[in-house]
Amino acid sequence: MRHFPTKTVCPEPVEGLSFFARWSRRRGRTSTNSARTVFGLAFALVATPATAQTIAITGGTVAIGDGSVPERGTVVMRDGRIVAAGPLVAVPAGASVIDANGKWVSTGIVAGFSRLGLVGVDAVDETNDAGAGKSVFSASISVADAINPRVPAIAVNRAAGVTRAIVAPDGGGSMFVGEGAVIDTGNDADAITKARAFQFVEFGEAGAGRSGGSRAASQTFFRNALDEARDYLRNPNGYDGRSKDSILMRRDVAALVPVMQGKMPLYIHVESGPDILQMLALKKDYPALRLVLVGCVEGWTVARQIAAAGVPVIASALKDLPASFEQLAATQSNVGRMKAAGVMLAIGMIDDNDTRQAQQTTQMAGNLVALTRVPGATGLSWGDAFAAITSKPAEIAGLGNEIGSLRAGRRADVVIWSGDPLELATAVEKVWIDGVAQDLTTRQTRLRDRYLKPQDGALPKAYER
Amino acid sequence: MRFVLVAGLLLAGCATTSAKVDTPSAKAATPKWNADPFPSTYKAYPSVPTAIINATVYDGEGGRIERGTVFMSAGKMIAVGGPDTTVPDGTTVIDGTGKWVTPGIIDIHSHLGDYPSPQVAAHSDGNEATGPVRAEVWAEHSVWPQDPGFSRALANGGVTALQILPGSANLFGGRSVTIKNVYARTMQGMKFPGAPYGLKMACGENPKRVYGSRNQMPSTRMGNVAVDRQTWAKAVEYKKKLDKGSDVTRDIAMDTLAGVLAGDILVHNHCYRADEMAIVIDMAKEFGYKVSTFHHAVESYKIADLLKANGICSAMWSDWWGFKMESYDAINENIPLVHDAGACAIVHSDDPNGIQRLNQEAAKALADGRRIGINISDEMAWTWLSYNPAKAMGIAEKTGSLKPGKMADVVLWNGNPFSVYTRPERVWIDGAMMYDANDPKRRPVSDFELGQTGEGDVK
Repeated sequence: MRHFPTKTVCPEPVEGLSFFARWSRRRGRTSTNSARTVFGLAFALVATPATAQTIAITGGTVAIGDGSVPERGTVVMRDGRIVAAGPLVAVPAGASVIDANGKWVSTGIVAGFSRLGLVGVDAVDETNDAGAGKSVFSASISVADAINPRVPAIAVNRAAGVTRAIVAPDGGGSMFVGEGAVIDTGNDADAITKARAFQFVEFGEAGAGRSGGSRAASQTFFRNALDEARDYLRNPNGYDGRSKDSILMRRDVAALVPVMQGKMPLYIHVESGPDILQMLALKKDYPALRLVLVGCVEGWTVARQIAAAGVPVIASALKDLPASFEQLAATQSNVGRMKAAGVMLAIGMIDDNDTRQAQQTTQMAGNLVALTRVPGATGLSWGDAFAAITSKPAEIAGLGNEIGSLRAGRRADVVIWSGDPLELATAVEKVWIDGVAQDLTTRQTRLRDRYLKPQDGALPKAYER
Repeated sequence: MRFVLVAGLLLAGCATTSAKVDTPSAKAATPKWNADPFPSTYKAYPSVPTAIINATVYDGEGGRIERGTVFMSAGKMIAVGGPDTTVPDGTTVIDGTGKWVTPGIIDIHSHLGDYPSPQVAAHSDGNEATGPVRAEVWAEHSVWPQDPGFSRALANGGVTALQILPGSANLFGGRSVTIKNVYARTMQGMKFPGAPYGLKMACGENPKRVYGSRNQMPSTRMGNVAVDRQTWAKAVEYKKKLDKGSDVTRDIAMDTLAGVLAGDILVHNHCYRADEMAIVIDMAKEFGYKVSTFHHAVESYKIADLLKANGICSAMWSDWWGFKMESYDAINENIPLVHDAGACAIVHSDDPNGIQRLNQEAAKALADGRRIGINISDEMAWTWLSYNPAKAMGIAEKTGSLKPGKMADVVLWNGNPFSVYTRPERVWIDGAMMYDANDPKRRPVSDFELGQTGEGDVK
């Protein structure tokens, strides 16, 4: 009936865990819950110094995440990396075998656009590090500095099979919102997969509001900022940018140099068709920019042009309401139509409970598959839908060789599901991140267990745990 | 069901709360004035006698029929049965093989129309946040019948009726209105005929934040309850005068509260935390009214026994949590735990996107429940989506299940509605086909969308 553990991690992880967590990951050790205690770590140091344990998960339906059709097969991982996955994979000698007959095995879900790890409780300001509207800084604000792996959203999403997340800053007083990161959701102190993974910029209605009041002003502001970055690159010492009078602070300009050079992707939030075309035009003037479009509710109206420009899109999956005047043409077929036009696509959830609800990513992808059965609508195949929440967001972030699929050599982010990962009734049964088995207990499961029967017992509920 | 109120019975009469949510618990005063000044002008659209055959049928009250027949005519449910069910000659027969038929989904908590799309300031009509007691406002006077959201709720969500509530900025937010999900030129044209009004109330963070930030009362939870009680005390006095037939200066806010005390208007109380719900339950007993439903009741699982004992429904999300302090203890098993305790469980949206996937929300909650050993059947879980909300809104005699004589509010799904891969194929409201996935002409387009990019598109 209940397969969740009755004893769980201590709620206050031991300080200094970070080193051990990194160490244990490099060892590829498949820890249990108890490895998150001092005792467990000590035990690990003493008793398993060199167990480069190989794990083979056999008999399950394997979803690699690369767009292929899931097939029954085997997944092998060792030293925190995938060795092989697929139907013809043999179980290596000495491997510890996990039977997944009747289940599905996949790469972990990658939240394509989120604010995961930045917020404890959204409406409790003290816990909310998603945005910094009052800061004098902008482009140089790096969310990696604020990621808190102990916020409940990390555990909740881990328990839902989300193993990595693209994390962007939010809000801010400038159209340049700051530098995003890629994180894992592991049950340890070291969450950062890649800091300073991309720069995030607001265009469209939000960008206009932050740069003086019009879209034209935001274009000017943006172009001026890149010009300033160019000047800074030529002569860093000549750039004055330490006072509030500067349009861009020195650090912010410095942060835009790799963007201007095309060394750092530029994630742009934009929704309307005309605004998207303006962004594509930017690329003509600044050909080095590595544009990634985020949101793109009206992307389908200019899908051909997006595809021709080779610009990837992290789309909101199911927006179908004219929620604003830049989303008048919203339809759930947006993603399918862009895909059909040849756009490289991932699914994100910008401004849609993106601090906590990446756990709904699989449901969103499933809904896009559902559209293939609606007359006149355009959806995604199962393989494409699953790729849009695994390998595609990883590739767009420049980490396709590291995360997002079960292809050989990738980090061993593996999930065993009770069934089709996109189905509503499916449960996550096991999760590995970097080859480390994860505890799936959350505050929510603890509360649930306390209140399976609401009545007080011999002592108040406060004594039940 | 209406009796002249005996003043002395008012407090005592309601202290014992019975289990039925749609049974008024106190006796109504005869209003001296028009109790229905904005009457419904809704009329069912033309229908043809229609039978869906060979479908899996959930009747909405927990029943299930395989290879079932659902027959509707003249806007009413006529028969629901197995393969041997006969239908008259001339009936349009739809083969439902591999498909499911359910009652239309009823969303007990929506702001379509009063917070419509596009969400611009000019459309922000859901909170009269100018004072914590605004019982005088009626949500129906804010409902914009051109909200594009109604069409999405219909075509993607299979929603056939919904309650539009005022927001939760105020302790007393005002009256709700129940509507059929059928576009009309006027709000009155959508209004559900004969549905009772609701009163929106709110506990917790929102009222105390909104007014506390202005250095007004309430700024605390104790302030919330103090203002509530002071207001109910006035309402009891007002009603006493009405019942005695004494001369009363008409007070629009007090009219609504007197209607609650009379059992004519149903209380829908936004309340997240278990401890606050328990206080509201006692406050309701103190003043002699009944709470129909706690909305956003994320902590109902902590007091499911108390809610059962008091016959109060909980309107819940499946997995919303953590967005504010009072939602910090939300758990995914809330809905099945409430159901399992014998209390009334409802899946609600409070969201123009969520309303399009209430069946999916139920499916998630159902699966989460099963994983902790709460085995509720699919057909029983459908009560969360139609019959229970209908009861809580006082319209269960008219809709919410596929019982003969009820309004033919029916959805044909293209598969199992608890699968992520399923969508409505056709939706009938009062027997009229208002959506057909195969016919672009049966896809409503609001005035707002006419002539704009995306007009008439699949949505």
